[in-house]
Amino acid sequence: MKKLMIGNAAIARGAYEAGATVATAYPGTPSTEIVDSFSQYEGVYAEWSPNEKVALEVGAGASIAGARTLVAMKHVGVNVAADPLYSFSYTGVNGGLVLVSADDPGLHSSQNEQDNRGYGRFAKMPVIEPSDSQEALDYTKLAFDLSEQFDTMVMLRITMRLAHSQTMVKTGQKREIPLKDYKKNASKYVMLPGFAKRRHAEVEKSFEQLREYAETTPLNRVEMNDTSMGIITSGVPYQYVKEAFPDASILKLGLVNPLPKQLIKTFADQVDKLVVVEELEPVIEEQVRSWGIEVIGKEQFTLLGEYSSEFLLQQLSGIPMPQGFNLDQEIPARPPLLCAGCPHRGVFHVLRKMRLVVAGDIGCYTLGAIAPLEGMDSCICMGASIGTAMGMEKARGPEFAAKTVAVIGDSTFVHSGITGLIDVVYNGGTSTILILDNDTTAMTGHQDHPGTGVTITKQPTNKLDIEALVRAIGVKNLRVVDPLQINELEKVLKEELARREPSVIICARPCVLLPGTSKPDHKIYVDNELCNGCKSCIRIGCTGVTFLEEEKKAQINGGCIACGLCEQVCKFDAIKRTEV
Amino acid sequence: MQDKVTNIFIVGVGGQGTLLTSRIIAQVAVQMDFDVKVSEIHGMAQRGGSVVSQVRYGKKVYSPIIKKGDADIILAFEKIEAARWLDYLKPDGMVIINNERVNPLPVMSGKEKYPDTIHEKIAGLLPKTVIIDATAIASQCGNVRAANVVLVGILTAAIGIPAEEVEKAITAIVPAQALQVNLAAFREGLAAGA
Repeated sequence: MKKLMIGNAAIARGAYEAGATVATAYPGTPSTEIVDSFSQYEGVYAEWSPNEKVALEVGAGASIAGARTLVAMKHVGVNVAADPLYSFSYTGVNGGLVLVSADDPGLHSSQNEQDNRGYGRFAKMPVIEPSDSQEALDYTKLAFDLSEQFDTMVMLRITMRLAHSQTMVKTGQKREIPLKDYKKNASKYVMLPGFAKRRHAEVEKSFEQLREYAETTPLNRVEMNDTSMGIITSGVPYQYVKEAFPDASILKLGLVNPLPKQLIKTFADQVDKLVVVEELEPVIEEQVRSWGIEVIGKEQFTLLGEYSSEFLLQQLSGIPMPQGFNLDQEIPARPPLLCAGCPHRGVFHVLRKMRLVVAGDIGCYTLGAIAPLEGMDSCICMGASIGTAMGMEKARGPEFAAKTVAVIGDSTFVHSGITGLIDVVYNGGTSTILILDNDTTAMTGHQDHPGTGVTITKQPTNKLDIEALVRAIGVKNLRVVDPLQINELEKVLKEELARREPSVIICARPCVLLPGTSKPDHKIYVDNELCNGCKSCIRIGCTGVTFLEEEKKAQINGGCIACGLCEQVCKFDAIKRTEV
Repeated sequence: MQDKVTNIFIVGVGGQGTLLTSRIIAQVAVQMDFDVKVSEIHGMAQRGGSVVSQVRYGKKVYSPIIKKGDADIILAFEKIEAARWLDYLKPDGMVIINNERVNPLPVMSGKEKYPDTIHEKIAGLLPKTVIIDATAIASQCGNVRAANVVLVGILTAAIGIPAEEVEKAITAIVPAQALQVNLAAFREGLAAGA
């Protein structure tokens, strides 16, 4: 039966049908739904790993032990997993291993738009790119076979537009694939220099075989049509090409590393003009050019963002983008925001009030960087906040550290903040670190992590004791506060910033969107007699408070969940509470 | 079967139910044996930001996203969101606007003005504009959150898809405890759009 599936669910289905029994991931948009969907199948093991490096290491172990294994992460997650990746590419596999990299051209929910096809070239790893959900399912299945045939992990590279588009899928039957035998094979799996030297030669040999395979694989196909223009493309851009140029000849690549050199040469000879359509980096284009083939590429397009059919029509046929309708009206922007009642809002209100330098991190709280809270000075990558604050201190001295904090979420702290904290203690930093513990991985849609005490399949497990961990690292000054009690938070911050020692302040309050978050027994309202329109409550940037421009009064609206933050910031006691 | 691809562009504010709406419309197209593609936005944009989902169906659909100037219908859950995405509409396309105002942050903070008559301006520019108080209708049916299904009712009347197919899709997708309210809201929308 055919049904609609997002690309991510189709990948999970493909892995299931291919007989994969182990899947690992750290959540990250646009990859999160892959292992989440996989975990719902019977008879498989799936986990949220603490980070992508661990996810790939667990994956490597499962593969060496003989299981077909799926590992999924967003593009920047592959950076975290790059260390095991570059060595596991030498050892090769026992059970097939497919690594999904979900790239994000257009930065819908990411800090950069790196093109992970590059990993395939560096690691001599085959890279497969589907263009819709059916291909996502079919190619995933094939990727497991290829992985075992060529003794290498295979990267399935997708983009946000594939991950989160639903297209029609015909599912198949699950294949029963027995575990491969486990035999000790140190020269294959122990990457000592002597062994690794030989494995490198093996990798090069098998990559040559992959080049031959690329020439004949059904993953690559020629759609010969009008020969005045031939387009080489892959992934979702294939769909934009079909939409914009239904009559063009197309070489659609499903295997984008290694490239089929002969196939491309033959295709180039058959068309008058050769064009490469690929989002982000000129990965295909530069290789084709290096073979002395003339090609139209990035000079005609762009290295930035997502493509679209109308963009291709404009760049290749000179058909201008539609101008639209002239409403002659400015439309106010609608940026994403922290939710009403979000515990992070209290933190950023206090940080702004105290004019602190804030080394930030990745999560919902990164939204604290934008107006009106504007409470963040830097945000580099997962876990970077603590190291960044340490570096600031070592550059400018402890006086600077006395007005600097690092801000990091619970899931991000477990992901890669712990080692930064060890550095602060080990190397005599005096940083103050705020762990915003909302008991979930909120931004990606509320996944559990080691600190929640619940697994991906909602089974209870050991709950990581963050306080005990922080103490074990050697932090003597540990405080736990409610981030929505802002006077207390400010007092604690002042005390800890004044210390010439590292401090950790855990701001503990569950995300308001978590089911079971307690409902308040009171309502908040504005006393119009007392409100003088000073807008202090507006500057916390809460969706539950509106400013009535004509009346010059604040008003609590239907979005309010009575967290009481505006009540605390009002200097005129105009915001009050009443029992429900 | 029609060769032409129908493009429906659904816009609103994160949390208003655009995703569910696109899934209902897509399900109807699946039931009618069309090829269907749906593009959704997950992640950061869902935190109260401006959100879009796109449904395309026909004999064969390639791109999952609608070209600028190529949407047959814009289904807007909020007034200024209709205006923000209007460039995606065909010159003779139809806009269905929920007469609902959700203040974005720059308006709440008093930095920018909400253009409160923007829907009338759109109606003046585009003859095929439908403005409806879907939130009020949904409220009468028992739940304001069913406003999206009221809009699906208007859409059903506008593009002439069989109402029973839509009811089947709603039944398949909406959780059982909310089904009666949603079916009632759909029928009200259908009647209002007829």
